[in-house]
Amino acid sequence: MNSSFGVLIASSAVVYGTPLLYAALGELLAERSGVLNLGVEGMMLVGAAMGFFVVQRLDAPSALALSAAIAVAALAGALVAAIHAFLVITLRASQIVSGLALTIFAGAAGLSSYLANDLNLAASPARHAFSPVLPQGLQDLPIAGPLLFGHTALVYASWVLTVAVALYLARTRPGLELRAVGEAPGAADAVGINVSAYRYVHTLVGGALAGVGGACFSLSITPQWLDGLTGGAGWIAIALVIFAFWRPDLCLVGAYVFGAFSALPFTLQARGVTVAPELFQALPYVMTIVVLVAVSTGAVKRHLGAPAALGQPYVREER
Amino acid sequence: MRIERRGETPRWLQAAVPIGSIAIALVFSAIVLLATGHNPLHAYRRLFEAAFTDPGALSSTLTAATPLCFTGLAAAVAFRVGLFNIGAEGQLYMGAIAAAGVALALAGQGAVVQIAAMVVAGGAAGAAWALIPGFLRAFANTNEIITSLMLNYVAALFLNYLIFDTISYWRDTSSPGAEQFPQGKPLPDAASWPTFGLGSNLVIPFGLLVAAVLAGIVLVLYKRTRFGFEAAVIGDSPRAARYAGMRTRRSVLLVMALSGLLAGVGGASQDGDFRHLLDPRGLQQPGYGYTGIVVAALARYNPFSVVLVAFLIGGLSNAGYALQGVDFPAGLVGVMQGIILFCALGGELLVRYRVRLGRTGAAEPAIAR
Repeated sequence: MNSSFGVLIASSAVVYGTPLLYAALGELLAERSGVLNLGVEGMMLVGAAMGFFVVQRLDAPSALALSAAIAVAALAGALVAAIHAFLVITLRASQIVSGLALTIFAGAAGLSSYLANDLNLAASPARHAFSPVLPQGLQDLPIAGPLLFGHTALVYASWVLTVAVALYLARTRPGLELRAVGEAPGAADAVGINVSAYRYVHTLVGGALAGVGGACFSLSITPQWLDGLTGGAGWIAIALVIFAFWRPDLCLVGAYVFGAFSALPFTLQARGVTVAPELFQALPYVMTIVVLVAVSTGAVKRHLGAPAALGQPYVREER
Repeated sequence: MRIERRGETPRWLQAAVPIGSIAIALVFSAIVLLATGHNPLHAYRRLFEAAFTDPGALSSTLTAATPLCFTGLAAAVAFRVGLFNIGAEGQLYMGAIAAAGVALALAGQGAVVQIAAMVVAGGAAGAAWALIPGFLRAFANTNEIITSLMLNYVAALFLNYLIFDTISYWRDTSSPGAEQFPQGKPLPDAASWPTFGLGSNLVIPFGLLVAAVLAGIVLVLYKRTRFGFEAAVIGDSPRAARYAGMRTRRSVLLVMALSGLLAGVGGASQDGDFRHLLDPRGLQQPGYGYTGIVVAALARYNPFSVVLVAFLIGGLSNAGYALQGVDFPAGLVGVMQGIILFCALGGELLVRYRVRLGRTGAAEPAIAR
């Protein structure tokens, strides 16, 4: 294995890891508030469809069209997440069933396909797509060029976002209150924190980020419309949150590890090495199970485990 | 408006809520259709015809309903005792792989041997796959929701691997075009499950009868046996169950195994009733396992209702395939299934809680006494 091969794998790991990172950061915020949303795949697909729609129909310079597309993708993801939020927070429905319903409703055989068909998205490739933003000189540098400087604005924004989420959780008052809501909603309520409001806001933000993650596919990786183009990335994002112990910094690392697994089979194939792609594709799921078992017991659980109130509705009268 | 928990749910409400949910869901779906410039009445009429009244439609609906009965039962037996096995999808794949394997291995045997072996192998493989999250839950206290979900993808990738990326026992290598278009080896004729014709255009697959029998067994198991009672207690309050001396671990394992068995037999039925080879794309595309959870939730986890709801949702899915591309919006079936489930989940609030209007609840007299 020579260095250029390693660089190729690493840079495509970043490309494939970026949608996972967005979606996982969003899911992380929702889960930290105590809301498990299994509808990530559906939210991503609707975001991908609406973002793509904007790029096709908006007559504007490339940068403006793409920014508008990302904004609309985020809005669409948040709107889909609002259904889940209303059902599980206000109506106290089962988070698992509601999340799965969201995926069926919005997913590859649901709303995203309905919209794509109605808006005729599959007709032509994207009019604008994200391309590398930094000067050519930097991109041409050996090793650091493709690894660090050859990426699209989506990648750099995801780095900023990771830092922002990490700081938000660790260093701000709302971040602290958010963690309290996810760990002990009863105690949070007792000190005057509005549990429902925190859960609503973070579930919606989670949906918005999933929408952006979906748009990474339709505006950067694929740049065209195919039904179900996220190919299960939403489920990997859910796995990633667990794999990263519900921490944003580890989400970044994990996203690129999982991204490398997606990229490896293609890269190897291009080099004439045939490996069953399923082997690499199964790794994220298996690794997540291993991590989940490891954090399920005793002392580890308290430091690295899931938010204590994850998946449970909060009803003040039934505390 | 105030919301209080109900002590007991009136029986009429338990039936009224799912039916009302479907009615409200039709209204919401109509709004979606109108907003995108489609005529809802026309779409609904086509849907109804394609699901139930077109020639042969009823038989196709039964075909679509059969796997949903199995996966719906699989979800119902676990969910009703608080075990969230969302791995029916993967358990069905493993059942289909095992059943196709024994059918190929037993080539030359009679139909009775073949069918019995396929049911047993499918059920055993499904149960074994479900026992992985079962053991992790029972002995490592690991949340079964995520592990069973992750194992769906592992099973799906294994299924793809067997047919697309290796020359496995299941893969067809002899027929022309097998190189370019990999597919499963055709199963022996004796492995085709029988069908029962009622009248000229209604064909009942054997698998549906198996599912109905299993639904009856599950009902008896949960209502009339010690196992069912203990499972229910553990679902409601694991701590109370432990103090009462119940063996909670054993119960978790048994419920997970039963759930996986039901999904696994569903996989065997896919091989024997309909596909007659191991068909990865055909098994994965409809998402039987996830739709089964929709079915179970709509049926409020009652095995008998599961069969009825599977018939309705099966009709919807069948109409979706039949109408694809004609004058029927793509993706509408998923949208409608989702909306029906959202409404049912919302309606669940009315089953579990009493909504009192007015400023204080105290002024209202207690009627049901």
